[in-house]
Amino acid sequence: MSGCCRSPRSAESLVMDNGHLDLKTVVETLGLKDLGAAPPDGRKVTGAYTSDLLSDVMGFARAGEVWLTVQSHLNLVAVAALKELAAVVVCGGRGVEEPVLAKAREEGVVILSSAESSYETGGRLWEMGVRRAQ
Amino acid sequence: MLRRCRMDLHIHSALSPCAEVEMLPELIVMKAEMEGLDVIAVCDHNSAENAAACVEASRDSPVRVLPGIECETREGVHVLGIFDRPEQAAQLQEFVWSRLPDEPNRPEFFGQQLVVTADGDFVRYNPRLLVTSADAGLEEMCARIRDLGGLALPSHVDKTFAGLIGVLGLIPEGLDLEGVEISAALTPGEARARYPQLAGLGLVRSSDAHRLSEIGQVWTAAWLEKRTVEEIRLALCGRMGRRLEE
Repeated sequence: MSGCCRSPRSAESLVMDNGHLDLKTVVETLGLKDLGAAPPDGRKVTGAYTSDLLSDVMGFARAGEVWLTVQSHLNLVAVAALKELAAVVVCGGRGVEEPVLAKAREEGVVILSSAESSYETGGRLWEMGVRRAQ
Repeated sequence: MLRRCRMDLHIHSALSPCAEVEMLPELIVMKAEMEGLDVIAVCDHNSAENAAACVEASRDSPVRVLPGIECETREGVHVLGIFDRPEQAAQLQEFVWSRLPDEPNRPEFFGQQLVVTADGDFVRYNPRLLVTSADAGLEEMCARIRDLGGLALPSHVDKTFAGLIGVLGLIPEGLDLEGVEISAALTPGEARARYPQLAGLGLVRSSDAHRLSEIGQVWTAAWLEKRTVEEIRLALCGRMGRRLEE
């Protein structure tokens, strides 16, 4: 994968003074695919959370975080909207079905796809300096 | 004439991984009878291979056995598909198997998956991995069960492991359900207070028995005229006098 050899130090410089990142920077650095739900422009990433249990995300994810998951059920749009997450990243090269994207457009939820696993995607975010929101 | 029926709609046979080997058709029926149950559903993991044998074992029993399957969907959610006739359950099995990964069972982890006759005689082991997800979404699975004339009843919805609310957080909008099974840890009142989204759904509790001693420990009473899937459906909706007792 391109980008695997990037050193953590240089990647950390991507984080801005307030500890936040542009979602667009995350998309570009990790090579995420925009699945065509809401556009990722202008959003800030305040942290990240990984889970495939939607009830767990409802309980513990925080606003502004990106959510890494392999779930593709329509309910992920409701959970992402409810928690005001910056984006959903569907990992492992998976996609979501069109009704999910349509609902996401309606709710303003960004859905991205990562070719890598949740573990690897999370690791790359950590290397970029992304931590849990305070 | 309506009568009060004790139902336990979620019982596993020796075909299910982790069920004890004594979960044989005639013993299941005998224990259900001893416990005063009127209707039981035998629902093994992703398979209905012992369902017809359990129905046959109940021929001379006051217990009505409904054949079923506990399906696991792509999302990792468990759903009971409950039918009147074994052929319907077999059709659901065909669909589920067409969507299961081609993986072998590992008996050292999951136990042997025993296919047996009504008398409990050994027929064969099912060699495939049954404790895994079929590649079918929750909506598709429920629609398939319904199209085959069955009742789709998501299992233990409040459980983090494999329960609809635990896994998917919310009951999906537009999912066509008459009711759900809640885990034995909650009363229907507690479940409604904790999960307001359960409003309007019939709530049943079952034993989810994997051993004989568990059969009859938990059940739900329903007022039914006949012990059929359609009558249970009416009771879940509280229609035409059919209802659940909570």
